[in-house]
Amino acid sequence: MSERLSVLKTYKLYVGGKFPRSESGRVYEVSDSKNNWLANAPLSSRKDARDAVVAARKAFGGWSGATAYNRGQVLYRVAEMLEGRRDQYVAEVAGAEGLSKPKAAAQVDAAIDRWVWYAGWTDKIAQVVGGGNPVAGPFFNLSTPEPTGVVAILAPQKSSFLGLVSVIAPVIATGNTAVVVASEKSPLPALSLGEVLATSDLPGGVVNILSGRTAEIAAPLAAHQDVNAIDLAGADETLAKELEIAAADNLKRVLRPQPVDNADWSATPGTDRMTAFLETKTVWHPTGALGASGSSY
Amino acid sequence: MAPDPTPARTPVPAPAPAPAPAPAPAFEYAPAPESRAVVDIAPSYGLFIDGEFTEAADGKVFKTVSPATEEVLSEVAEAGDADVDRAVKAARRAFEKWAALPGAERAKYLFRIARVIQERSRELAVLETLDNGKPIRETRDADLPLVAAHFFYYAGWADKLDHAGYGANPRPLGVAGQVIPWNFPLLMLAWKIAPALATGNTVVLKPAETTPLSALFFADVCRQAGLPKGVVNIITGDGRAGAALTAHPDVDKVAFTGSTAVGKQIARTVAGTRKKLTLELGGKGANIVFDDAPIDQAVEGVVNGIFFNQGQVCCAGSRLLVQESIHDELLDSLKRRLATLRLGDPLDKNTDIGAINSAEQLARITALADRGEAEGAERWSPACELPSSGYWFAPTLFTNVTQAHSVARDEIFGPVLSVLTFRTPDEAVAKANNTPYGLSAGIWTEKGSRILAVANKLRAGVIWSNTFNKFDPTSPFGGYKESGFGREGGRHGLEAYLDV
Repeated sequence: MSERLSVLKTYKLYVGGKFPRSESGRVYEVSDSKNNWLANAPLSSRKDARDAVVAARKAFGGWSGATAYNRGQVLYRVAEMLEGRRDQYVAEVAGAEGLSKPKAAAQVDAAIDRWVWYAGWTDKIAQVVGGGNPVAGPFFNLSTPEPTGVVAILAPQKSSFLGLVSVIAPVIATGNTAVVVASEKSPLPALSLGEVLATSDLPGGVVNILSGRTAEIAAPLAAHQDVNAIDLAGADETLAKELEIAAADNLKRVLRPQPVDNADWSATPGTDRMTAFLETKTVWHPTGALGASGSSY
Repeated sequence: MAPDPTPARTPVPAPAPAPAPAPAPAFEYAPAPESRAVVDIAPSYGLFIDGEFTEAADGKVFKTVSPATEEVLSEVAEAGDADVDRAVKAARRAFEKWAALPGAERAKYLFRIARVIQERSRELAVLETLDNGKPIRETRDADLPLVAAHFFYYAGWADKLDHAGYGANPRPLGVAGQVIPWNFPLLMLAWKIAPALATGNTVVLKPAETTPLSALFFADVCRQAGLPKGVVNIITGDGRAGAALTAHPDVDKVAFTGSTAVGKQIARTVAGTRKKLTLELGGKGANIVFDDAPIDQAVEGVVNGIFFNQGQVCCAGSRLLVQESIHDELLDSLKRRLATLRLGDPLDKNTDIGAINSAEQLARITALADRGEAEGAERWSPACELPSSGYWFAPTLFTNVTQAHSVARDEIFGPVLSVLTFRTPDEAVAKANNTPYGLSAGIWTEKGSRILAVANKLRAGVIWSNTFNKFDPTSPFGGYKESGFGREGGRHGLEAYLDV
């Protein structure tokens, strides 16, 4: 019996809950660490980036308005869906990063656990970073964190899956929506993540995933007037500076690249990646002055 | 802000037959000027670097005038690049020891500063009124108490940083370069310096070109408090000195309050560096009045929202969004109230509206108001006599304003209110958010759930409901979108000065 010929997957973008090809019709070759061809990935254009921003903006009202409990359940659902497709991601991460199966499996396990970690944060972060303020007057005064809006994320270049999840989950946990530029050399785990997100009750447009040349896609995102923030994790020093300058045009919140690809993505993340994309809103209201006339409670 | 001391219950007298209301007698106010004698302004001031007043390296000076009279108050040194460098070096030298000081000791310096400010608050209030042009009623009752409170608040944080939610033993950043505006000179100084010192940073602060004096007096406060030399350095000068400071390679932290345009330029300057940046920029705040709001309170809030400090407030409620059904009633009340505002000598204790801070700002307000009129918005001001010298602008309303009008879009930073209408809460929210800014907003309604629903939808950092323009050191302040980023005040305000 001859060996069965496998069915190859056409990798596509994930935008607005759908799986389009690049509007440009372009693709680029993705190969593994030994230069074996893996797939043709979409080579996204500026137009794709802009379409993704439109989708992310459209999704922002609903996602940021969802209850924190609901967002937590959705993020947990992502972990559940990933768990079921664990073998696929282990194979993809092994191919993308040239890792042994056990090492790739450790990355995927950590990524799944990361979704669980952030799922639990959605309804706690407000209590940790917000709160009442004891102002010197008869006023109720409450500070609450709110999502910044549409966040452009340049995913880490090396850690194609754990790094990717580590930058996406904190952004959407708090109600932001995201346009993600996948690792340029290893975009396949990111493109496959779209398939999981699409079946995890995550509303379309909350996460949008683009593959292609990081610099080409990032430039229009950094300059886009309807993007509120940018995470430069996947940018090198030169690109990061250019993008930070472009981002100043509408005062995007900028998370500068950490020494990222040496970063230990397996460490417990802390809250920094959430707070980087939160605004603080402070609401005042008079309390009145019961008791001023002499009665006491 | 204290509650009204309502007298204890008194028996209600039997209603007397109501006399016919007599027309209110037109009392004149006698002048009630605050004495200038309490402040002694020297004919010239140097830069305060490394604990000493020194001349600029190139000997340049500029004059600072009273905007109410155009009288020259003093001459101050104009810092050049060499002076900025000298100040940053002094701050750098002082940093290691200051940061290593036990938090409790830093705290005591800040408590001392707070106390000295309280002791000298009348002097500083008069000084601020002279240099800035704002009414003494405001400097005395708002600016100075808040300045002292801010130092008092952050003093208490200095030895409690482990408990602030930024991890154990959070570290300071180093040298903070701080550039502040002219609208609340000493208060903005307090907002910058108090958290910076509490967290163990040293500072170089540049006050605005038109209001350098209170910062230079603050240098003397530091001297009286015994603050180690180099911990606070004050350099005076114009935008060039500010640009040199923010661009200086040995500055670790940049904090700026001012215009959005300059803020963007600073963001470009620090791009690609390690410098941490916080920006507190412009605004075009919406004050939303619903049809069930208590009209008289709303009118007071609207007046306070846009005419406090001559409207030269980044969080001013410069757009009045009024529900269509009460538009006429509210406007009538508002106009009646504006007719009673007293404009004139800022040192007079009865003055409501003082001088515009500078000829330049007056020209800008004038140009923007003229443009609003040219675009077809309807302009109104109460009968109001302007003094013959100094920089003055009468309180001004624009009605028939649409969202496309420049007076509804551009920050005027003056006593100019644009009135727009809405029918539904959704429309109010959409209009309020229709701006690149996001600093403040006001909501006036008796319906609690509506306040919460609207506050939730507004994209602004500070929401005042049934009140406006309230400030407190414990309350984080700062904007969304192009109003900047980072928060000043409260626990949140520490983050800007910590390496976290």
